[in-house]
Parts: sequence; structure tokens; C-alpha cells
Amino acid sequence: MNEGEREAEMTGEVTLLGVRHHGPGSARAVAAALTALRPDAVLIEGPPEADELLALAGRADLVPPVALLAHPVGEPARALSWPFAAFSPEWVAIRHALAQGVPVRFVDLPAAARFALAEEPAGSDERAGQAEPDPIAVLAAAAGQPDPEAWWEDVVEHRLPDRDPLAPFEAIAEAMAELRADDPVGTPGSPGVHPGTGAGVGAARPGPGPAGTRPGFGELREAYMRLQIRAARRAGHRRIAVVCGAWHVPALAAPRAAGADRLLLAALPKRPRTEVSWVPWSHGRLALRSGYGAGIESPGWYQHLFDSADRGPAALARWFARAAELLRGADHPVSAAQVIEAVRLAETLAALRGRPVAGLAETLDAARAVLCEGSEIALALVREQLVVGEVLGQVPADAPAVPLQHDLTRLQRTLRLRPEPTGRELVLDLRKELDAARSLLLHRLRLLELDWGRPVAGRGSGTFKEVWQLCWDPGLAVAVVTAGQWGSTVEAAAAGRLAQLAGQAATPAELARLAEQCLLADLPAALPAVLAALADRAALGSDTAALADALPALVRALRYGDVRGTDRGALEQVARGLAERVRIGLGAACTGLSGAGAAAMRDRLEAVHRAVALLESGAGSRLDDRSASDTASGSPADRWAAALAGLADREPTGGPATGVPGLLRGRAVRLLLDDGRLTFGQARRRLGLALSGAGEPADAASWIEGFLAGGGALLLHDAQLLGLLDDWLLAVPEQEFTALLPLLRRAFAELEAGVRRGIGARIAAGHPAAAGGGPQAEPPLDQQRADAALPTVRLLLGLPGGTPAPSPPARIPRQSDRRAA
Amino acid sequence: MSDEQAGTVLRAPAEEAFAEELAALERVDDRVRPGSWRLSPWAVATYLLGGTLADGTVVTPKYVGPRRLVEVAVATLATDRALLLLGVPGTAKTWVSEHLAAAISGDSTLLVQGTAGTGEEAVRYGWNYARLLAEGPSRAALVPSPVLRAMAAGQLVRVEELTRIPPDVQDALITVLSEKALPIPELGGQTQAVRGFNLIATANDRDRGVNELSSALRRRFTTVVLPLPATLDQEVEIVARRVGQLGRALELPELPGGAQEIRRVVTVFRELREGVTADGRTKVRTPTGTLSTAEAISVVTHGLALAAHFGDGVLRARDLAAGVLGAVVRDQVADRAVWREYREGVLRERADWRDFYRAACEFD
Repeated sequence: MNEGEREAEMTGEVTLLGVRHHGPGSARAVAAALTALRPDAVLIEGPPEADELLALAGRADLVPPVALLAHPVGEPARALSWPFAAFSPEWVAIRHALAQGVPVRFVDLPAAARFALAEEPAGSDERAGQAEPDPIAVLAAAAGQPDPEAWWEDVVEHRLPDRDPLAPFEAIAEAMAELRADDPVGTPGSPGVHPGTGAGVGAARPGPGPAGTRPGFGELREAYMRLQIRAARRAGHRRIAVVCGAWHVPALAAPRAAGADRLLLAALPKRPRTEVSWVPWSHGRLALRSGYGAGIESPGWYQHLFDSADRGPAALARWFARAAELLRGADHPVSAAQVIEAVRLAETLAALRGRPVAGLAETLDAARAVLCEGSEIALALVREQLVVGEVLGQVPADAPAVPLQHDLTRLQRTLRLRPEPTGRELVLDLRKELDAARSLLLHRLRLLELDWGRPVAGRGSGTFKEVWQLCWDPGLAVAVVTAGQWGSTVEAAAAGRLAQLAGQAATPAELARLAEQCLLADLPAALPAVLAALADRAALGSDTAALADALPALVRALRYGDVRGTDRGALEQVARGLAERVRIGLGAACTGLSGAGAAAMRDRLEAVHRAVALLESGAGSRLDDRSASDTASGSPADRWAAALAGLADREPTGGPATGVPGLLRGRAVRLLLDDGRLTFGQARRRLGLALSGAGEPADAASWIEGFLAGGGALLLHDAQLLGLLDDWLLAVPEQEFTALLPLLRRAFAELEAGVRRGIGARIAAGHPAAAGGGPQAEPPLDQQRADAALPTVRLLLGLPGGTPAPSPPARIPRQSDRRAA
Repeated sequence: MSDEQAGTVLRAPAEEAFAEELAALERVDDRVRPGSWRLSPWAVATYLLGGTLADGTVVTPKYVGPRRLVEVAVATLATDRALLLLGVPGTAKTWVSEHLAAAISGDSTLLVQGTAGTGEEAVRYGWNYARLLAEGPSRAALVPSPVLRAMAAGQLVRVEELTRIPPDVQDALITVLSEKALPIPELGGQTQAVRGFNLIATANDRDRGVNELSSALRRRFTTVVLPLPATLDQEVEIVARRVGQLGRALELPELPGGAQEIRRVVTVFRELREGVTADGRTKVRTPTGTLSTAEAISVVTHGLALAAHFGDGVLRARDLAAGVLGAVVRDQVADRAVWREYREGVLRERADWRDFYRAACEFD
């Protein structure tokens, strides 16, 4: 083969445009260079598998930021992404080529080759060369600038296209050539042999394989790109523009025999089949390092640089004016004079730091000192809105399927759940493996707002049974594309979405529900983030009611969840912390409540009470070691009981913010009584105190309502209680009685019908307390009939049948028990 | 100053104490200097942050903290905008302002000390009443304030504790800052500021009993917030050093157990101030008090006095608990809940803090 002859055939002129990925200055320079060059072919660093998708980039409904996502068929979890923002040089080049009707192609090593390399044992540590050398850091260090970002900003990004639009690229190529002078890549005849390069370049570059026999990943890519450029020349293109990372420019410019490159690439392992698709991206995710190996932290600022036609005070003023508007919108007054001063300060700072124009650091310093008056909170708003400036991209619905869709299709097949537009009901038995997996999928999809299945409430009683209403709405296909931004598999996307929701959740209760969903959807990886957010919210929030709302869901999660090892510990710790905070804040939260507020608090009190009991039994510590007197020690249940007792002892409501409503005090006494922490005698004393003449009758009536809310059967068992109640009722003055009637009616209406009848019969039979009073007033026990029930009781309690069991302590069933039964 | 005997002053102003460094900087400084500045902004920043000059002179760092803050402060003064140094007690506000004035104007003695009793004559002008009565209003009868003198001479003037000055007096500064001129209606004229004039104010916005700056005045300042010591070790060192100095001044004996207890007090203060535990795992609510380094110093000093006079001669947790509680609980309802949550949630969990936890429970 006569290489020289071949070269002579190819007259095409190649212009290498070295850029910084996602650099707005590079993007502007590329736009200017392409306009000047008018190339007849544009080659771009990127996965060639996506060539077919490039046409879509010209459409108006493909709005950056977007990313190309490539993954081996059937393995969406291994997806690599190539993100593009409006200010990415690559994006500018694509749009330019499409607008001019010029062929545009990606020329980087195929994504498939990366996957293949990653599979090799030796290549796995490289993660297929995701680490790209950071030539900017090296150059900046050479220029004496400790901050590479700032240096690049000064030297390249901030400069406007000069009169000669190609001049900046020549300068960059020269600098890179200097940097790579002692780098054999691109030098003919020495594939893959690296002398020990110094720190910096050498450390950052993917090194050669073991013993220097395998070519480095960077070499493979550059060899591939060189071959592609040659192919383009051979195809007859005259003016070829190549947009690639600045680092690669010297290697692509080096004259090198095609044979050597082919030899290098021949050693590539077999490549898996790969699928590529456009997915919507966001500014926040541009910070991730993936395909291009470059992340940026200030996309909003870059967008501003890209949009500004000049770099002078006018551009700065525009930025500060936007910041001022933002701050004014957040009730932070900023005057126009301050905007002027901020511009002056930013420019003076830049001069002081020896920078040609004010960069991000100076701009933020000036915004903090002048516009925000030193407040970091106000500055955080500016950072969030203007420096990152969250923007979500868009992808047309008819673009090729995203990896998430593939994963979903695969799961639908393996789980035998076909998407059907007509609704049907699905009953799942969670003890079966297939059904459990189906339930997981449906729960995860619900997290992704893909409401294919909706749980049908109130059907089936066991926890192992779930009923879903399935209906596949064709619109869900679009939702799948949108959900693709959170991850490339259903599991990863659900976890990503969960983390995002945890960041947005406004109340601890929402977070607790998310924690519960973590378990339902079996996403243990997402749980720590949710729990951390919950712990933080609980630590900072002063609203005890909100914490009380969160506790039950969390305890449910703890009790029924099949959380693994460490997770359970974290969950329990957060739940206990929450219980502790509710306990500390209980007194204050129950003070000075209105009627409706008291009713809501009563529900919370009950929910927390049940939750604390569950927490106790879950922890395995026994109720036996009671030392409730000491609040600093003891189990959570003991401490909670002490808090309830404190609540019961509080003064009645005597005006706003002065006391605890009778409803809550009565409820606290009843809860303690039901738990056996108060004796009937003590409860009688409390009832007497609450009903004594010194108190307001209305308060007494609500006390009764709270007390009886746990079921009225105890009034039948303890005649003295009933007697006290009867005496009080008779003593209420007539006018007051009329006012109390609705309250009393409500209290008694909640009782079971049988109990109500029983009470009525007792009262009708005469004054209960006068008829002897006390429990002994009950009819004597029928020993024979009681004995007959004993074997069944033994069976239920799991006691040995032979020995006579000690009769269980008399305990009056609660209403809640009955409801559960 | 001039009427004091050299060598007997307790503390010389910055421009005298660091005269050599300033002279060396002036020699090597070849950058652009704003009107009537003695040094260029770069040299001023170097003077504050320290460094080695081209001729080998070593400049000691005056301020240990973020470089960024010093640069913003110097750049602000170069744009002839007034500078407001904000921060809780013990963050070197006064120290920074003195050195800035010394480096820029070569004179750090034009000073208005703000108190609740600071009158308008301290920021504008007063009268020599004998002359006023004898000669009528005239320039000669005018007693200029430091502000007026700085305006006339093109120098920096410092206003200490700006927020302690009554609001009506504070607002007298508005005209000076925006118009760069001070009208003197009695003489039918005004004094205009000469290039180089500027004002550095220090203020403390979290203490009780301060007068919030009006937004009109606030807008005319560029604000630089000086942070508290960045690390636990730094802060422990500052507290230990100051406690040692105070202890000697108060003639308290050196007590064992000090180092450990100081670390614990500073840890508690930092955790509550920053709202997160030292290990970064748990968030805690922050109380209303400032919990400044200065307060930590007074808590430890108080504890030393207790231990020395009423205790067993060893600084123990119980000597400090009352002081810590007093510093944390400023608002009886809200802060008490914060403190209890912290005590139960954080202190109780620390195995080697048992004595501290018990002492904290005892005093609550």
C-alpha cells in the first residue's frame, strides 16, 4: 500500500477546533469559526451510534439541555451520557451544520467499544476511560493560576471572537501541543508506550494497560478519530471542520499512518449491540461527569456568558440587574444605585486580582457584599437561580425509545404484565415471588408518576394481599420519556425520583410517607437520603404537630418493612428521635388550642400513642422494668407515659395560650388507664377533679368526650365512675345543661350501641353509686360458664392445656382493638 | 499620641507598630494607587494577609481568614464606597479596620467610638463655645469631628460599633456617604471630601440593644461579614489564650482540667451556633443567642473563678454548666426547648460526656 499516493489523493482541508466541553466561550468561537470556514462536513467528538439521531437535533421541539444516552441492549443500567446545553460548542456545531444542510457526524470511538472495554477485567478500573485528562489545570498551573476554571474563563471563555475567528483555536492547539510534547500518543511507531510522565498530565490521563502492552483508552479514541477524519477526506469533502476536546487536537493533527491506527483498533474486544436515544437533561445534571468526562457547576452563569454579546460592564450590569430583580421578588429591596455599585466593585475586584474581566467569583463577591448586604441566605437564592439556573430540556415524544422504556418493556415481559388500555383488576398475593415482583414494579412506577396501576383501597384484609386497578394510558409513553431524566432503569429512576422528592418535601409527614414508599418499592439505596432529610427537618422544625403526623408512618415502615440490617437501625434511630422530640414538645403543642385544633390534636395523640407502643414492642425491650418517674431514663413508652401524665395534670383552658383543653386531658387519662399505668381509683379521682364544681362545665364535658373516646364499656364495669358522672350531670345548672347537650351527645354517640343501652339500663335502675357502688356491684361470676371458656382461652394464648392458667388480668377492650378485629 | 512619652504607651497604633512593613511595601509597590492612597490595593491586601515581598521583606499576616473577604474590603474602599464590617463579637472587626486605615491612609487614629450616647457633634462638628460667643460663627470656632477632618484631609475615618449609635445620629452619615460633602448651614457653606476620603464602620447585628441600620444607610455601605473561627481547633486556641490572659489579669490560679473543659464548651457553642453536630451527622436547632467566641471566653473565665473559689481547685463540668446554660438560654421558652433537645439528643449520647450531661441536667 502506498501511503504517500493515498495522502495525495485526499486534498480536503481539515480544521481542528479544539474546545472545552460546555464552554460558552468555545461555543461562541466555534460559531464564528464555522461561519468563516463554511465547511462542507462537520465532525464532532461523540458516539457515532448517534449519527442517525443527529437530524432530530434540528427540530424545534428538541430543546437543550438534552443528552445522548447510550447503553448496551438489555443493560440500561450501564448507560453513558453525552449532555449538551445550548452553550455547548458541540451543540452549536450540530445546529450550525443542520441549518446549513451540511453533513454532520460523530467521530469518537463508538460507545459500544467503551462498554466492551469496561467489561475487560483490566479495563474495568478505567470505567472505559471516563477520566479525561485535565489539560486546563496543567496550563493554569503553568500560568501561575491556582484556579483552572478562573484561568480558562479569563483566557478563553471571556474573550470574544477576534477579527480572525480561527486565531483562538490556533493558540489552543499550540498550547496543547506544548503540553503533550513529551507524550508519545500520536507519534508514529510507538503505540501505547508511555514513559513515566510527571504528575499532572500523566496522573490524569488513563494510563496504558498492564506492562504497557495494551494501548491506552485515549490512544484508541484518537486513532479512531484520525481514521474517521481520513474517511471524510476520502469521501471527497473539501473543507472539514472537526470539533473536539482541546486535548485531542495535537494527536489528531499529527501525521500518522492509517495502518498503525487500524492495527491499534483491531485489538478491540467484541462490541455489544448498543442503543442510543435523546433524553431530557437538566442544568443540575450537567455537573455529572459522564461521556464527555467534564462536569460544570455553574450552567446558569455559562448561559449568561453565552447570551451576552459583549464582556464589558453592560453584560455585568445585566446580570446584576437580574439578580436585583430576583432579590426584590424575594422581599429583599435592592436599589438601582446598588446595582451600579455592584458592577463597580466586581470590576475593581477583577483588577485587584489581576483578571481581565470580572468572572464568576468576582461577580458573586460583589453580589454578596452589595446586593445581598452580606447575607448568605439571599446569596443562596442568586446562586440557585442564576448560577445554576435549573432548566429542564425537552425531547420530542416520537424520538427513539429511552432506556427506561426498554427496561420497562423487559420487566413487563418477564412479569407477564401486558400494557392494556382497557382497565382490569389485578389481585396480588405478596407471598408469591412473581406477585411480589409485580407489586414492586407498580409501586416504583407510581413513584415515577406513571400511574399504570392504582392501588384499590379497602379490598382484602391481610397485609400479604394487594389489589391494583391496571390501565395503560398511551400518554404514559411520554411520561416514560420524562421519567428518563431520573435514571435509565425503573429501579434507578424510582430511587432518583425519591431522592428528588425527599429534597422537595415540605413536611416531616411527607418524608415519613416517602420512607414508607422506600420499603414498599424496595429501594433501600434511597432510604438513607430520605431518613437524613427527615432527621434534619425534625431537628429544625418546631412544629410538634407536624412531627406527630410523621411518626406513625415511620413506625409502620419500621414494623412491617423488611428493611435490611443497617437500614433498620437508621430507621429506628430516626423514629426514636422523632418520638423524643414529640414528647418534649407535647406540652406546648397541646396548649391554647381551639375546639377544632384540640380534635385534630386528639387524633395525633392517639396515633403517636399507638406508634410509641409499636416502637416499644419492635425494639424488643419489655414493659416490665418500669421506672416512669425518671424522665431522663427508661424506655420510650415510659417517657411517653410520663409526658401524658404531665398533660393530664395541666390546668384546664382558661383563655388563649393558658391551658390544655379538657378533650386532651381526658384522652391522656384514658390512654394511661387503658395501658394499666393508672388504676381505676386514680382515674376516678381524675374524673372527680375534672367534674368538680370549680371547673367550667364545658371543659368537663369535653374532658368526658376525650375520656370516653376509647370506648364506654368501662362505665359498665366501674359503677363508681358512672356514679360520678351521674352526680355531675344532675348538678349542672339548667341553662348550662342546654349548652352542654351537643357536647355530651357527641361524647355518648361515639359509644357502642350495646354499651349505650347498658348504661341507660343502669341509670334507669336507680342511682348507681347508691346501689353499693364499686366493682362488687356486678352480678357474681358464674364459675361453671367461665370454666367452659377456659380451654379456648388457653388455646388462644398458646398456654399448655394441662396446668390451669392464671386468669389474665381483667382488661377492657378498646374501641381500636375492636376495629382492628 | 504626640503628648505621650515613647515607650510608655500600652499599645501603639498599627501604622507605628508595623511602620517597617508599610515602608517596605511602599518601596516595592509599583502598581496603580487610587488618589491619595499610600499603597496600591494589591499592597494593602498583602499587608493584611501577609507574604514575602520581592526584596525579601516578610510581611506578617494581620488577618487570618478567607483571602476573598480582604480583597472585597480593599476593592470596596478603592471604589470610594463605604465599608461595613459585620460580625459577632470576637471576629477581628476592629483589628481589620484599624489595619486597613493604617495601610491606606497611614493614619488609623481618626476614630468615632459609637455608644448609645454618641451625639451628632461626633460625626459632624461641634463648637468651641467661648469663641462662638466671642467671635460669632466662624471656621475658627468650629470643632471638626473625625469625619470632618478625614474629609478635609482625604483620609479614612473609622466608626466603631455603628449599630450602638442612636438612629438619628447614624443618619447624619447618609449625606456624607452619598454626597461626599457635609453642609455647615451656620457658616452658609459646606466641607467637601477630598479624594481618598472614605469610611469604615464596624457593627454587630446580633447583639441585644443595638439600633438596626436604616435601609437608606445600609444601602450606602458594602457589607463584608467576618466569619467566626473556621475550625474547632482555631477557636479552642483563641479561647484558651484569652482565658489565660484574663485569668492572669484577674489573678486566678492556673487550674488543671482547663484544656478539656474549654474544648467541650467551644464544641457546645459551635454545634449550637452552626446547627449541626461536630461529626456533621445530626442537625440541631439554633438558639436565639449569638454564642460568640467572646461569650465562650466569659463562660470559661467564670467557671475558673467558681472552681478556684468554691470548687475543689479543678475545673469541672459543673463549674461551667450554669454559664453554658445562661449563654444558650436567652429566651426562656424557645431556647429552653432547644437546649433540652440538644441535651437529650446530643449530649446524652456521648459516652465521655457523662459528667457534663449530668451537670447540665442538674442546672436545668
